This record gives sequence, C-alpha cells and structure tokens, in this order.
Amino acid sequence: MIADIGLISLSIAFLFSVYATLASFYGGWRDRAEWTESARNASILVFPLLSISVLAVIYSLYVMDFSLAYVADVSSRAMSPFLRLTALWGGQQGSVLFWAWIMAGFMMIVLLRKWDRDRDLMPYVIGVAMLTTAFFIGVTVFITNPFGRLWHFPGANELTTAVFQPAGAMPYVPQDGQGLNPLLRHFGMIGHPPTTYLGFTGFVIPYAFAMAALITGKSREDGWIRTTRRWTLVAWIFLTIGLILGGRWAYDVLGWGGYWGWDPVENAMFLPWLTGTAFLHSVMMTEKRGMLKKWNMILIILTYALTVFGTFITRTGVISSVHAFAKSALGPAFLIFIGLTFLGSLSLLFSRWDTLKSEHQLESFFSREAVFVLQNLLFLAITFAVFWGTVFPLISELVTGTKITVGPPYFEKVTGPLFFVLVLLMGVAPLFAWRKQAARNLGRAMLVPFLASLGITAAWGYTHRMHPGSIFGLWLVSFVLLAIATEFWKGLRARMSGRSENPLTALAKLIGRNHRRYGGYVIHLGVVMMVLGVIGDAYFKQETQASLAPGETLRLGVYTLRYDGLRDYPGSDGREVVEASTALFKDGEFIRQLKPRRDFFVVQEQPVTVPAVYSTPGADVYVLLVGWEEGQHDLTTFKMYLNPLINWVWTGGLAMILGTLIAAWPASRKHVEASYVIKPGRLQPQPGIGD
Amino acid sequence: MRKLTPIPYPLLPLLLAALTIAASFFAVAVVYAQTRLPTDDEVNAIAKQLYCPVCPNTPLDVCETQACKDWRAQIRDQLAAGWSEERIIDYFVTQYGERVLAEPGRKGFTALVWVLPVIAVLLGLAVVWQVLRSWRSRQDLQVETSISTPQISPEILKRIEQELQEMD
Repeated sequence: MIADIGLISLSIAFLFSVYATLASFYGGWRDRAEWTESARNASILVFPLLSISVLAVIYSLYVMDFSLAYVADVSSRAMSPFLRLTALWGGQQGSVLFWAWIMAGFMMIVLLRKWDRDRDLMPYVIGVAMLTTAFFIGVTVFITNPFGRLWHFPGANELTTAVFQPAGAMPYVPQDGQGLNPLLRHFGMIGHPPTTYLGFTGFVIPYAFAMAALITGKSREDGWIRTTRRWTLVAWIFLTIGLILGGRWAYDVLGWGGYWGWDPVENAMFLPWLTGTAFLHSVMMTEKRGMLKKWNMILIILTYALTVFGTFITRTGVISSVHAFAKSALGPAFLIFIGLTFLGSLSLLFSRWDTLKSEHQLESFFSREAVFVLQNLLFLAITFAVFWGTVFPLISELVTGTKITVGPPYFEKVTGPLFFVLVLLMGVAPLFAWRKQAARNLGRAMLVPFLASLGITAAWGYTHRMHPGSIFGLWLVSFVLLAIATEFWKGLRARMSGRSENPLTALAKLIGRNHRRYGGYVIHLGVVMMVLGVIGDAYFKQETQASLAPGETLRLGVYTLRYDGLRDYPGSDGREVVEASTALFKDGEFIRQLKPRRDFFVVQEQPVTVPAVYSTPGADVYVLLVGWEEGQHDLTTFKMYLNPLINWVWTGGLAMILGTLIAAWPASRKHVEASYVIKPGRLQPQPGIGD
Repeated sequence: MRKLTPIPYPLLPLLLAALTIAASFFAVAVVYAQTRLPTDDEVNAIAKQLYCPVCPNTPLDVCETQACKDWRAQIRDQLAAGWSEERIIDYFVTQYGERVLAEPGRKGFTALVWVLPVIAVLLGLAVVWQVLRSWRSRQDLQVETSISTPQISPEILKRIEQELQEMD
C-alpha cells in the first residue's frame, strides 16, 4: 500500500520533470514567460513528490516489506533499524532514486531563491537541470525501480522482479532479506554516500547555468559565474568531504592498512573532484581578469559529464567486467545520456565560441595568469591519466580480449610527478602578481621560505637517508607551508604596524576583509597537511606478519604486540565474531589492549576484517587478525602496520573544510571585491535570446 | 637480484672453518637452514605485486578468500623451493594471465596505458604554449592600435598601472 503510493508519486514526478524540461525550453525559445513560470512550478513540485517516494522506500525498509525486491535485497531482519534506513542508498535502485531526490531538492532551492535574479537564464537553467533530473527519475521508473516486486512463475527456478504482476505469476514474499553488503554495515554509511551525492548533484547547478548562458548568448558576460560561485564551492566541499570520509571508511573497514587504493570506484569519484577543483580556480581568472572563459565552459562540461560517469561506474559494475554492462539496460542508458549531453554541450560551446573571447591579454609569461593556466593544465593531465588508467582494462578487454589490471603502481608513477609540480605551484602562485611579476621581487619573496625549507630538508635528510624520495617530499611540504605562512605574516605585519592591532585581532580582521583569499590559503594548508600524510604512507609505512602462539610477540619498529588469546561470540547484525586479545607495548612499556576482529556474516558467507588501531599524532599502529588454525586456537596470524603521519590526512581534510567555510562565508556589502575587468558588454545593447 | 654483502676479510677463514665443522657434524641442520620456511613478510612482499586472479581489484597480499590463501601458500612453497621473485611472478602471469600484475606491462597494446598520458601532457603543454603566445601577440596588436588614441598621456597610464598593481 505504502509502496504503491511511492510508485504513483514517483511516476507523477517523472511526468512533471519531463513536462518542466519541455515547457521551459519552449518558454525560453518562444519567449513565453507563462510557459517558463509553469515549468518552474512543475519543477518545484518534483521534490515533494520524490520525497514521498523516498519516504515510502524508507518505510518499506523499516518495516521490512520483503515483497519489494529492493528491500529483500539490501535489508534483513538481523540488521539494526539504523542500517536498514541507510540501505536507502545501499543498492542500485535506492541510490539512483536518492540521487534524483537530492537533485530535485537543489533545484527547488535554486528556483525559490534565485528566481528573480537571472530571469533571462532561468528557462534554460530549468530545462537543463530538469533534463538531468528527468533522466535519473526515468531510470528509476523504467530500469531500476525500487518498487519492483518479486514474482514466482509456477515451475520456474528463479524469481522474477517486475513492478506489475506478470501474467501467470504468483506474488512471492521471502521470509527474510539478503541484507546489506557486510562492508557497508558501518557507521560511515551515514556520511560518505550522501555527501558524495550532494557533491555530484551540486555541480549540476553551475553546469545548468553555464549551458543557459551559452544558449542565451549571455556567455559574453560572466553573470552565471557570480550566481553559481557559492554553489560550486558547496558542491566542491561536499565532494571533498565525501572523498575523505570514503578514505576513512576504507581505512576502518577494508582492512588493508591504507585509505586510498586507486580502485575504479574511488577514481570515479576523484575525477569530477579534479576537474571541479580546476574549475574553481579558472573561474577566479575570469572574475579577476576576464580570461579563460572557454576553459571554464570546458571544465564545467567535463565535471558534469564526470559526475554522471562516476554514478555510472559505481552503479553499473561495468569496470569489473564488460559483461556486467550488458546485464541490464542501465549501462547503455547511462552511456547514451553521457554521450548525448557531452556532445550537445560541446557543440553548443563551439557555436558560441566567439562570445567567450578573453577580455585581456597575457602581459607576461611571468604572471599569476600563466601560473593559473599551467595549474589548470596539470589538473587536466592528472584527470586524463586517472581516467585512462581507470577505463583501460575495459578497452584492453574489448580490443585484445585480455583482461589486465591497472593498479596503484601505475597511478603513483604517472600522477606522482604531476602532483609534485601542482603542489609546488600551489605554494608559489600567491607570490606571483596578476598581469606581470618582476623576477627580482619574486626572488626576494621566495628567498626566506626557500632557504628555510632547504634548512629543514637538510636536517631531515640527514636523519632519513634511507628514503631519498621522502626528502623531495619534505622539501615540497616545508617550502609550500612556509610560502603560505609568509603570505599570512605579510598581511599580519601590515595590520599590526599600520593599525597597531594585537596579533589575534589582526588575524581575524585580515581573514574577514578578504575571506575568499585567506580561506583559499587555509584550504591550501589542508592540502599540505594531506601531502605530509601521503609522504608518511609512501615512504615510511612498515608492515609485518607472523603466526603467534599465546604469549608470543611480534615486533615492528618500537612497538611490540603480544598475543594473549582468542574468543568467539555471536555479534549483532547476523555475524559471528572472532576476536583476539593482544597487548601493545612501546619500548617494552605496556600501552593498551588491542582487539582485532574477524566478523563472519553468516547469510552472505562473507568475512570482514575489523582492525584494531592505536592512534597517535605521530603514527597509527594498525593490527589485523588475518587467520587462525581451525579447531585448535593456538596459532594465530596477525598483520601489523605502522602508518606514520597518517593522521595528517584527516587533519588536512578538516583544515580544507574550515578553509571552505571561511571562503564561502557571505561577504559584507562593504568589501566589494576588486576586479580589473571592465565589462564592455554592459555598455552595449544586450543581445536578445533569439539572435 | 640483490648482491650479497661481502664478508669482512678477517672473518672469512673463521667462517669457513665454522661452516666446515658445522657441515661435517650437523649436515642435516645445514640443509634445514637452506630450506627453512619463508616468513609471512617474504610471501607478502611478492603477493603485494600481484592481484587476486578471481576477485575484482584486490591485491593478493590482503585478499581474504580461501583461493587467495592457497595462492599465498603456493608462493611460500615456491620460495622454499628456491624460486626467485621474478620466476614466481612469471609463473602467475603464465598461469592466470596479465591481469594478476598490479602494474600493467609495457609491451604490446598495454604500452598504450603508459604512453598516452605522457603524450597528453606534452600535447597539453604545446597547446598551452601556443595559446599563451597568441594572447601575447594580440597584445602587441593592441599596443599598435592604442597609438591612434592619444588622449591618455603616458603619465596617467603609468598611474593607472600602479594603482592596478596596488589593488591586488
């Protein structure tokens, strides 16, 4: 009954979104405001309609209505109510619906807030955004419907899933569901998927505005960039949080001692982040100097295509095998949609190529402009390398028939040098002035950070001669850190001497006066912290493994692990837990008990290794229970990792969030930002929609 | 192959003597030392470079399936039999195909995975260089045209330049 209401509501939402798309394009094309108005009303209604469907799925999950195939698939009686609710985005059907729901929510906010500001763009903003929404709702309705039921044909071995009763089939309600994939039964489930989806869908808004600007010919002005600036930041920070939470989840759940494995699913998320970050930067060039306008368009088109591609990769399983692609209509539908929107956007861009002329010229290769262009190139090069490495196994399988693996060594070797230069640019770019930079001044500005970083590196290098690579890494980190600190110090000193403020007030006012700039620096500091964590992971990570009898010890670095015993007990969520008790010693001194576990999910027949971690600011000791001799519990295998500096990765993530909050903080009207762009477009008659 | 560390000269005769004695008296023990069971760390060092042949995207050293345990045991046996690292990896490639390699090869079609990003970076640099240069040359053109608008005196231009600089 509830599910039927959800299904009806979903179908109406689909009709409304299709109507909104058509009506808004028609209204824009014929300049008929009443059609656009009507499209707006229809779009606003899509969110409440989808909310009803989402609530219906949540309710069905909560009461365990196993007649629904989706509920039987991702929930089970053994799962806690909390996990049953998160199962909304635990499988394909639910997560596509969830995507559409968030998208519709964003669209409703846009239409309620920005309606009067960009009247000319609105018809096409609605059209483009609702086309995307309609696609996702359409996929939910026709291909991967969460309200599909299980049916049984007399004599058939397998169950059929269909929304309506097929002729001759009997409804089938299983006693219990399969339950969520054990790896997803974790508290992180509440954070990582929703933030990722918020990030993915958030980028649709700037994309829709960009396309609207192209269609109306308003791309000459950069109004769309100003309107969507905060949207872009919000989308970006959610995607960033999603990536960090994903890394943390991998570290806590996947049991291999790391947080980033260059897995296709991780890469699929990383790709739009890379182009989105490049977009955030190139937009600054347009705002400050009226340059890189075509580039912005290309980047936002790429970001949009890659967010849909990311959903495609994570939801169709195409990467694990070409054969998974053909199993359902979902893969082809996504591929066609990505292809059509990508080609459509590009041809639109080329038809408006002339409106996107740069308003200023490059005055010197030695300028912030040139650094920005180089930085954008690096982001794109990394994007290409990651994309190519991610899809290459597929291409190889299609072309030569051999399956190959493109693992972490490839990505580290190819993107490592590019990241090195990128982080270096991050440190020096603020020292370059817009337009042109005198080499002598630049040298003077860099001298102190450079010499100081050399000093630090020399001292470090002397104590860590074993790892030459780490010396380069540490030089990079210390140089960029000092360069950013110098920027802060310059501003502080000016305020403290000029206005005789105390350091804290000066810092607060400095950030308050130009929060975008200093917020950006704080984000950069966060990146530097993360790089430090990556250096620890790349060069100083240690691991060892051994089988121990009770009382025996395993040694790694200054830490010693003593195995005390093993016990098993039934756990929650339908798992059998085997838990080892061990004692951790540092330099012979007892620190604490560690209890690494192996949870066996009986229904899924799947083991999950739960690490025990002793975390300090300097390093994590990460212990895994690898195995034990069946029957006689006297020889147990442990794997022990020493992960130095890893906590800088998470701290860096927090700094990035803080920096984004500072940067996105609404500006007070007094400080209107300086821009060198003189708008010729404003002086001329506005080009009409039709021309 | 790692080279053996040379043994300090004065120790050599002593060591030889000790070995001879050990060999003559405890021949069994010497054989045992040569075929001692490889440690888990030695096994993992090799398994790390391989991917599980059956599960998607899982390195062999962390894979938890029974099949992977058996493969790790196989690596241990091969090490015990004195196989080199290369030989073991080659064995897995011939047995299960190229997909067991964490790092893709550099021969044949697979070379494309390495080559294309490099080409892309070079191409990108070339394009950026061209674009930057064209921006520069357009500026040269503008300087010429600005000569025909003599209303702005060089001093004022200079002041504007200076103030623009200070705005940042």
